[in-house]
Amino acid sequence: MPMAAHLMEVLQLLIGGLANGCIYGLVALGFVLIYKASEGVNFAQGDMMMLGAFIALGLGNEGQLGLSFWLAVPLAIALMFGIGWTVERVVVRQLFGQPQFALVILTIAMGFVFRFIAGSIWGYSPLVLETPFAGVNLSLGGVVISLADLIAIVVTLVLTVALWAFFAFTKVGLAAQASSQNQMASYIVGVPVMKINALTWGLSGAVATVAGVLYATRGAIDPNIGLLGIKAFAAAVIGGLGSLPGALLGGLLIGIIEPIAGRYAPGELAIMSPYILMLVVLVTRPGGLFAQIHMKKV
Amino acid sequence: MRVVFKKSYDRDIDLHEHWLDRAKIAVLLAVMAALPFLVGNYYLAEAANTLIWALAGMGLMIAVGHTGQVSLGHAAFLAIGAYTDAGLMNAGMPFWIAFPVAGLAAGLFGAVIAIPAVRLSGIYLAIATLAVFVIVEELIIMLEPITGGVGGTMAPSISLMGISFDRYGALANFYWLVLGIVALVTWGYANLMRSPTGRSFLAVRDSEVSARSLGINVTRTKALAFGLSAGVTGLGGALMGHYIGFFNYELFSIFISINLLLVVTIGGLGFIQGAFLGAILITGMPQVIAILRDTVNASTGIDLASLPGIDTMMFSVLLIGFILFEPTGLYGRWLKIRTWFEIFPLARRDMFRRHKTYLKTERMR
Repeated sequence: MPMAAHLMEVLQLLIGGLANGCIYGLVALGFVLIYKASEGVNFAQGDMMMLGAFIALGLGNEGQLGLSFWLAVPLAIALMFGIGWTVERVVVRQLFGQPQFALVILTIAMGFVFRFIAGSIWGYSPLVLETPFAGVNLSLGGVVISLADLIAIVVTLVLTVALWAFFAFTKVGLAAQASSQNQMASYIVGVPVMKINALTWGLSGAVATVAGVLYATRGAIDPNIGLLGIKAFAAAVIGGLGSLPGALLGGLLIGIIEPIAGRYAPGELAIMSPYILMLVVLVTRPGGLFAQIHMKKV
Repeated sequence: MRVVFKKSYDRDIDLHEHWLDRAKIAVLLAVMAALPFLVGNYYLAEAANTLIWALAGMGLMIAVGHTGQVSLGHAAFLAIGAYTDAGLMNAGMPFWIAFPVAGLAAGLFGAVIAIPAVRLSGIYLAIATLAVFVIVEELIIMLEPITGGVGGTMAPSISLMGISFDRYGALANFYWLVLGIVALVTWGYANLMRSPTGRSFLAVRDSEVSARSLGINVTRTKALAFGLSAGVTGLGGALMGHYIGFFNYELFSIFISINLLLVVTIGGLGFIQGAFLGAILITGMPQVIAILRDTVNASTGIDLASLPGIDTMMFSVLLIGFILFEPTGLYGRWLKIRTWFEIFPLARRDMFRRHKTYLKTERMR
């Protein structure tokens, strides 16, 4: 293969990987949001993404409710915000003050419930979300970029910056960080810990929906795409749980490594690659790339 | 209420506090051993399956219940146990060598993983084990000459000293073999928990800082516990391989890991008995669901079988219910009921009140 064509191919892989990575990053953002606010880990994040995508599909597709895409997506986001908020209010709040792994097991189980709900309503065969920009491609000097990929990248960047600003500058965001560091102390100084937790769950539901819709614009969805959450989890850990830019970076790394490994290594190795990367990061830097763990000084 | 009169300090760490406890265990063992004469082949096979799950559950219990290390990847150790055992036996080794080696291989693998992984706490460990699981699953597919890859492999039938323990041909023998192994492991486990090693597991679970200040090597203890846990689960996996007969990598899916977690959580974290109760529940539930499905179908005409995944859904709802309302599991509930009867008029409502620990960040350690 000539050098130039080879370079083009790699570039093409990189762009596809980047768009994929953005979606991993967005799901990872959802993890990180909840982790940042309550230091709980929501293993159902991938399934929330799946549910969000299906709700958008149910509202927007021709055969279903048939709303316009631009109306269906915000509606789905709002609905998922409500679902996330409700889940916190009804279920997760009961675990307040329990050991962390109780939440892990609970959310794993919740993921199965979500999958069952989606499967019973929309079935288990792959469905395609109808979008106004399906199949539109841009050509940039020999590299073909689909509009869906471009939108995924842009939306992710904007969302990450917005969320980062929310945690760094707004009063609510700071309160959320405080409550994750020490619930009792922040309760004493007047942070409404419970309300903040519910809000972050809602927010992470909304982010998951955005990820789900972006995922659906790039391919068919079925109730098992929630398993992507595991990969997104690896992304969050690589970046360092609790760091928003870290989550995005982790997602991008995984997104890029996967197609490259798939191109140059056997298929099984490509599937393993995100997890190997994660283990390497965990062993060398246990807190992730943007470590949030500090040794306590006595 | 019975009074135990202790005449020496050794009585404090006795396996059974009272001779009645010992008698109960003996009766239970006798009934289990007589089971082949009492029930038909179908239920005998189910009983063997339950015992195998209990064995695997006990393995996970060492890590989750007694050392406080959550693992989402124990299906990997099941797989290693099953493939090592089947591989060695296919290569001509007898069962009595292949079986312990399978446990040892899974245990060593677990310990090797644990050494870097125990630096990670709580949630990170859970994720790392999940990653290990995915890697092992792919490795199984890659190592086709040994594992049979996607096609799968066969666990040959067991025969010791000329006696057949074939799962189909001599089910009663197979059942007794499983029962014997499970009883031995349980006995060893119960004894381990009253030894200094077992106590140090509990100490690490309850507070790493205080364990360290008492002179316990936390890293070593955690690695040892994880290795033991993986080893016992590996033994369970080897038996599971023989029970299923022919298997490929799909037998050891992520759902098996989660089912195992279900066994220990619903059974009762931190109790050996919990692993058994959980195993009974997880192997009995599909039967109950099947019966329920038929009754619902016959009485209302609603065909539940048209909703795929309803089993998993019911398991999940059950799990959520237990986590929310009875975090100590079935065995914890049983303890509460028993105590209520034992001290009959004196039971108070807050006797088993849970302590709430308000979250302090993991980011400061």
